Amino acid sequence: MTTLAAGPATRRRRASSGFWRFLTYLALVLIMAPAAWMLIGVLARAWSHWQWSVLWTKATPTGGGLRDQILGTLILMFGVLIIAGSIGVFAGIHLAEMARPNKPAGRLSGPLRTASDVLSGFPSIVLGYVGYTALVVGLGWGFSLAAALIILSIMVIPYIAKTTENSLRQVPTGYREGAEALGMSVGYSLRKVVLRSALPGIVTGLLLALAIAAGETAPLIYTAGFSNTLPHSLTHAQFPYLTYVVFSYWNDPSVQKHYLSYDAALILIVIVLLLLVSSRIIVSRTQRHAESARTTRTGKRLWPGRGQAVEPAKDEPLLGITGAPPR
Amino acid sequence: MATVGGVAGSVPGTPRAEPVGKPPPWRRFGNFARRNEENAWRGVAWVAVLLPLAALVFAVSVLAVKAWPAIRVNGWYFLYGRDWTYGNGYGAIVHTDGVAHQMGARFGAWAIIWGTLASSLIAIVIAVPLSIGAAFALTERMPTWISRPLGFTIEILAGIPSVVIGLWGILTFGPWLAHHVYPVIADHVPDVPVLRYFSNPVGTGEGLMSAGIVLALMIVPIIASTTRDLFAQVPPLPKEGASALGMTDWEVANKVTLPWVRSGIVGATVLGLGRALGETIAIAMIGGASLQIPHTIYLPFTTVAATILSQLDGALTDGTGFAVATLAELALVLAVISVGVNLIARVIVKRTGRVGAPVGGA
Repeated sequence: MTTLAAGPATRRRRASSGFWRFLTYLALVLIMAPAAWMLIGVLARAWSHWQWSVLWTKATPTGGGLRDQILGTLILMFGVLIIAGSIGVFAGIHLAEMARPNKPAGRLSGPLRTASDVLSGFPSIVLGYVGYTALVVGLGWGFSLAAALIILSIMVIPYIAKTTENSLRQVPTGYREGAEALGMSVGYSLRKVVLRSALPGIVTGLLLALAIAAGETAPLIYTAGFSNTLPHSLTHAQFPYLTYVVFSYWNDPSVQKHYLSYDAALILIVIVLLLLVSSRIIVSRTQRHAESARTTRTGKRLWPGRGQAVEPAKDEPLLGITGAPPR
Repeated sequence: MATVGGVAGSVPGTPRAEPVGKPPPWRRFGNFARRNEENAWRGVAWVAVLLPLAALVFAVSVLAVKAWPAIRVNGWYFLYGRDWTYGNGYGAIVHTDGVAHQMGARFGAWAIIWGTLASSLIAIVIAVPLSIGAAFALTERMPTWISRPLGFTIEILAGIPSVVIGLWGILTFGPWLAHHVYPVIADHVPDVPVLRYFSNPVGTGEGLMSAGIVLALMIVPIIASTTRDLFAQVPPLPKEGASALGMTDWEVANKVTLPWVRSGIVGATVLGLGRALGETIAIAMIGGASLQIPHTIYLPFTTVAATILSQLDGALTDGTGFAVATLAELALVLAVISVGVNLIARVIVKRTGRVGAPVGGA
C-alpha cells in the first residue's frame, strides 16, 4: 500500500505482505503446473502414435482398437443417465418441493436427506464390493452390465438429487406464488414454471454425474468384470469399458497394449472435458440470458433484463386502474 | 381452448366445471389427469426419495451380514494386529466359534488402516495450504480474464478420472519424484526421530509419499474451489475498512478474510479428506501394494480401499469364504471412517449456512 507511513515496522509489514503475495501465486503455480503437466503428458503420450482407426477397430488379444470399450462406456453413461437421472431428479424434487412439514412424509425429509448425504460419502469401492456380494454372487448375475449399472446409479443418485434440490431452491418464490395466483394447480406449475426455470441447474448436475460415471473404475472391476467385446445380454456376460484399459494395459508385456492404454486415457479425458465444458456453457448462457431473452412473439420484453431496472411509471395508471386500490 | 359441451376453464391446469351431459372418454381422462397431476408428482417423487435410503440400508446390511463371521473370529485384533495371512490353503479347516477358516489364517489390518490414514494426512497437509493460497490468488486483485480460466482449469482437474491421474503418476510423476526430488530430501535430512522417516532408501516412486502427493492433487480442486467461493462471499466493506485503517494485504487476509470463512474451510477440508480416504484406483496403481508399514515415507504401502480391490482374487482362493468375509469387514471399517468424516464435514459446512459442493466419491 502506497499510503503507509515509512519506518522500520512498516517496512517489515510491507515486506511480509509482499512475501505473502508471492506465496499465494506460488501455490497457484504449484497446483497448475502438475495439472498442466498431467494433461499435456497424457495427450503427448497418446498423440505420438495416435491412429484414428482406434475408434472403430475391435480389440484383439494383442492390440487392435477400442471400439467396444468406447461403446461400453457410452452405454454405461446412457444407462446411468436413464436410471440415476430419473430417480435422482425426482428425489431432488421431493426434497425441495414436496416436503410438507405437517404430513408424515414431510417430517421424514430430514432423515431422507441425511440418508442421501451418507450414501454420497460411501467410498465407491465399498459400493462395488456390495454389488459384487449381493448382485454378482448373491443373485447369481455374474459380472454383468446390470450389476454395474445399478451400482453406478446408486453412486451418483445422491449427487443428482443434491444438485436438483439446490437448483430448485434457487427458483424465486415469486414464480410459485405467481403461478398459484394465476390459478395453476401445484402439479401444473411445477411442470410448466418451476422445473422449467430450474432445468439448467439440473442438466448441469446430470452432466457432472455422467462425468463421474465415465471415469469410475474400482466399482466396475467388481461388478462389470471386463471383456473385449460387447455382450448381448444384461446379465451373465462381462462388459467392456475404457477405464479398465487404462488401469491394466499400461504394464502389459505387449507394447501395442501400452498404446491402447494411453489412447483410452486420452479418450476419457476428451469425454470428461466435453461434459464439463458443456455444463459450463449451460451455466454461463443461462446466467446471461436467464430473463432478458424471454420476449413475446412481437419482440416486446415480457420482463426486463438484467441492468434494466423498471422505473415504476408515475403518471401512467397500472393496468388501467386509477385511484387508490380497493381495501 | 376448444370445449366439448362444457364450460371452458380459461386458466390451464384447473379442474373444469362439470359439463352438461357426459364428456367423451378422452376428455374425461384429460380431466382426471389434470386433477391428479399433483398426486402423480408426489407419488413418483416419494418413491424416488426413498430409494437412496433403501440403497443405504441394503448396502450396510449386506456388509454387516457378510462381515459378521469375520468380526466374531478376528475380534479386536483386526484393528491393531499387523499379520495378514490367509493361512495354509492345503491344511486342515479350523472352526472358531462355529466359523470355518483356513489353518493359520490371521487378519490384522492395522498396517492397512495406517496406510489409509497416513496417505490422507499427507494429502491434507499438502493440499490445504496450496488450496488456500491459490484461492487467495484467484480472488484478491486478479483480473477476471485470468482468474476465470484458471478457476475453470481447477474445476476440470476435479473431473479428470482418477485412473488417468494414476496412469500419469505411475509412468511419469512417480519416477520423476524418485529420481530428482526424493534423493535431494533424503540426503539432507538430519538423523533425528521424526525426520529420520524421510531418509534413504527412496524406492522407485511407488509408495506412500508419491501416493500422498497424487492424492493431494486430486483433492485440491475440491478444497480450492469451495474456498474460492467462500472468499468471494466475504463482504467487501470489512476488508476495505481494514485496508483504510492501514493494514497491509497480508494483514487483511489474515485478520479479516480468513477468520470470516474459517469453519467453511474446515468443512471443505474434511470433504476433501473423505475423498482421499475412499480413493482406490490411483492408490492401487502408485501405492506399491505392500501389506507392511513402510520403513521410510517413500516405500510401498497400501490403503483399505486399494486392498479391497487388489486382494479379492487372492481371497477367492480361500475355499472357506473366510477371507472374503474379512474383506467385507475391511469395507465396513472404511465405510464407517469415511461416512463419519463426511457427516462431520456436512455438520461443519451447514453451520456456516452454505451447502458444500457435493463431490461424488471416487
